[in-house]
Amino acid sequence: MSNVGIVIVSHSPLVAEGTADMVRQMVGDEVPLAWCGGNGHGGLGTSVEAIMGAIDKAWSEAGVAILVDLGGAETNSEMAVEMIGEPRSHRIIVCNAPIVEGAVMAATESSGGASLKEVVATAHELSPS
Amino acid sequence: MAASDFSRLIAAAADTIAAHAGELTALDQAIGDGDHGLNMKRGFEAVRAEADAFAAKPLPEALKAVGTKLVMTVGGASGPLFGTLFMALGKELPPAPDRNGLAAALGKAIEAVAARGKSQVGQKTMLDVLQPVYEALAQGKTASEIADAADKAAEATVPMKALRGRASFLGERSIGHMDAGARSTALLVRAVAEAIEGI
Repeated sequence: MSNVGIVIVSHSPLVAEGTADMVRQMVGDEVPLAWCGGNGHGGLGTSVEAIMGAIDKAWSEAGVAILVDLGGAETNSEMAVEMIGEPRSHRIIVCNAPIVEGAVMAATESSGGASLKEVVATAHELSPS
Repeated sequence: MAASDFSRLIAAAADTIAAHAGELTALDQAIGDGDHGLNMKRGFEAVRAEADAFAAKPLPEALKAVGTKLVMTVGGASGPLFGTLFMALGKELPPAPDRNGLAAALGKAIEAVAARGKSQVGQKTMLDVLQPVYEALAQGKTASEIADAADKAAEATVPMKALRGRASFLGERSIGHMDAGARSTALLVRAVAEAIEGI
């Protein structure tokens, strides 16, 4: 699939899965999508290993946009991108956007064949700063 | 550094984290999400389990392996932050560093941690311990003086207002509590400083 992939990373697996459900229902199946949540030990949190796995699952040659919730999810996602390494790391961007709205808007943009830059810009419009 | 010495440093670090896990969790419960002690213990026990394999590598590679293991096992935001510290030290250290080489590498590693956490000194984080440790190291202080500087720096986070990390959500209410990451950093500095003195 050549559409930009979307990865959802929440501290809570329920939030991550629920957000992915909303994306699937509102946007459909034309967008590579993966989610992860929880610290890997049954608690709330995020895991670099799980994030790397989700990026692999949603991987697209057009790139991957990651939507995160709280700070640790962002830090862990940036770490995961770095550990995935070049050249793929150049085509993965952690978005600064609210997780639910950002995921739905980014996926909507992606489903129309937009570039990674356009997908990320659409998500960022939700966080004026 | 001999492989047995590196193993000894890992054991000292893992021992102090295990011995203080309850205290670290209590600090984190006050102004964070209360998982710091458990997370750090899990990470350093995972490193301890592979200490001999890591120690067999050249020092820079060994430190990178420790950092990667911490990233994968600590969880929370502490995993990438402490992991980056060790990975960057490994990247910057020459195979047989002298004090100047060590200080220069620590300086670079602190920059890497600051970039990873989008933070800087004065925001009630581990950086508030790392920076004085770097300065003490660069000034030629003894191992025990460096460990004391780390403890003092961790204490100095008590009156600070948190500007990064989960504690920053509390704003003014973060004042009056020691930062858990600053405390764990000081514990690690003391453990390593005392172990190095014995080598």
